[in-house]
Amino acid sequence: MEKEKLTELAVFAEKVRLIALEGIYNAASGHPGGSLSIADVVTYLYNCEMRVRPDQPDWEDRDRFVLSKGHCAPALYAALGLKGYFDVAEVANLRKLGHFLQGHPDMKGVPGVDMSTGSLGQGISAACGMALAAKRDGRDYRVYTIVGDGESQEGQVYEALMFAAHYDLDNLVVMIDYNGLQIDGDITKVMSPLPFADKLAAFNFNVFEADGHDFESIAAALDAARAAKGKPSGIIFRTVKGKGVSFMENNPAWHGNAPKQEQYELAKAELEARLEAARKGELK
Amino acid sequence: MKATRESYGLTLAELGETNRDIVVLDADLSGSTKTAIFGKKFPERFFNCGIAEGNMMSVAAGLAACGKTVFASSFAMFATGRAFEQIRNSICYPGLNVKIAASHAGVSVGEDGATHQCIEDISIMRSIPGMVVVSPADDAEACAAVRAAVEYDGPMYIRLGRLVYPDVYTPETCNFKLGKGDVLRDGSDVTLVATGLMLSEALIAADLLEKEGVSAAVINISTIKPIDAELLVKYARKTGCVVTAEEHNIIGGLGSAVCEALSEHYPVPVSRVGVNDVFGISGKAKEVLAYFGLTGENIAERARMIMKMKG
Repeated sequence: MEKEKLTELAVFAEKVRLIALEGIYNAASGHPGGSLSIADVVTYLYNCEMRVRPDQPDWEDRDRFVLSKGHCAPALYAALGLKGYFDVAEVANLRKLGHFLQGHPDMKGVPGVDMSTGSLGQGISAACGMALAAKRDGRDYRVYTIVGDGESQEGQVYEALMFAAHYDLDNLVVMIDYNGLQIDGDITKVMSPLPFADKLAAFNFNVFEADGHDFESIAAALDAARAAKGKPSGIIFRTVKGKGVSFMENNPAWHGNAPKQEQYELAKAELEARLEAARKGELK
Repeated sequence: MKATRESYGLTLAELGETNRDIVVLDADLSGSTKTAIFGKKFPERFFNCGIAEGNMMSVAAGLAACGKTVFASSFAMFATGRAFEQIRNSICYPGLNVKIAASHAGVSVGEDGATHQCIEDISIMRSIPGMVVVSPADDAEACAAVRAAVEYDGPMYIRLGRLVYPDVYTPETCNFKLGKGDVLRDGSDVTLVATGLMLSEALIAADLLEKEGVSAAVINISTIKPIDAELLVKYARKTGCVVTAEEHNIIGGLGSAVCEALSEHYPVPVSRVGVNDVFGISGKAKEVLAYFGLTGENIAERARMIMKMKG
């Protein structure tokens, strides 16, 4: 990937992090850990991978995105805002009474949100329904869904995998945000959903693994998924929960807690430093 | 004379000819829910989801989000019980165009017994914001309800039965309108309000009462939500007492819905005939119905009782 593109993506992703965290801080509630872990994948999807028209959010032939782990809505809202689906300044008001940016994505209220999600395990099934509709209508749009690693404890996820493979939904990409943590702690201590790759393969998926914070790695996995025909694709994205804010990284306490003022100032400073480094093409 | 599940399957297959947006999902019960009739005719628009009702409901949501008119079927127990939360969050919260048409509702399932006799579905479904709940009385009304479902844009629950039961309507006399009750018989002493196959029993009750000189009105409430409160109030005013009859738990179903409507607008004594908060039981369908007092005789008995409570 060209350096310019990498820089552009890194800048977008750090903006997503900053904007998402600001919204969570203002609401004094929300899910920073997962919002930060999916920021890079969401950035790549909306800037490089998906065929979308922000000025025409209901365009019939758009690629669909379903955030099955709906609690990470702030990252999605930030990306949609930055892409121009709505005024990005609105993300600062998420979760406020009467605001269109609800605590979890509401497809009826938010331009660009293709499915209402929040109850874990359901988004992946809805994504299957969309992919099936595309196939049966002979349309070539693709459907992307991000599923949490903790979410993968829901039995419905496996019903959906079975369905996707049974109906040969090779226009579906299931992406697991493998950050290793859920509210109650380490996913392997709470109830291990591992191994993901073997499970996906056993359900007759093409399986790819990638670093969910490395745009070239993300690109390679999504390219491979696009090239793979006949079967649905699963990508396991290794990520860091709380990515970008040192004290939030790999700490399950930040799954569903908003930062206090002092913590927010610290986090904001760190993310602004990352944004600055990204602009210079120096973000590690 | 057909079971309402069969009316459903046949009507769906007929409507599929002209409406290409209709797609049908089932969870391995297509022979019983009668969606197989559609599936055989339109295999490219019929998707068996296997025994996985939760996934089926969310898949239905995804299909509807892409413009399809989706019918998702299973037994009432598994559709509304197992997959309640998928219906609520994937379908109803976004207001998607999915019809949950569930067969084998109520105790008239018969031999399969309590695990398969769903007596909670009306209650569960009507508690979801925006959900329309329809419980047709017979063949003609089930056909009309399915047609209305295709015309209506949004989530709807259609309650269907396994048992073949006497017809109340002919296609000519059936005047089904979503949200409207239907007066089958006028009366001045008591109002019998019934849904599903109990409508037929309510008419039997009215005949029995007539022989005793009691004038009983009979109202069919096939749209349980939104309920026709105006009609109910009109007859509560006219007759001063009401008996409800349903093949469902007396908690949360038609009886509850009628009480809610009347207590807020025109309170009168109401007696609820239904399953009295107990689980079902194996037996031949008609024996089971009689076992739970879901008969014209019992409705008449309740009418005699409730008339004594009039102010």
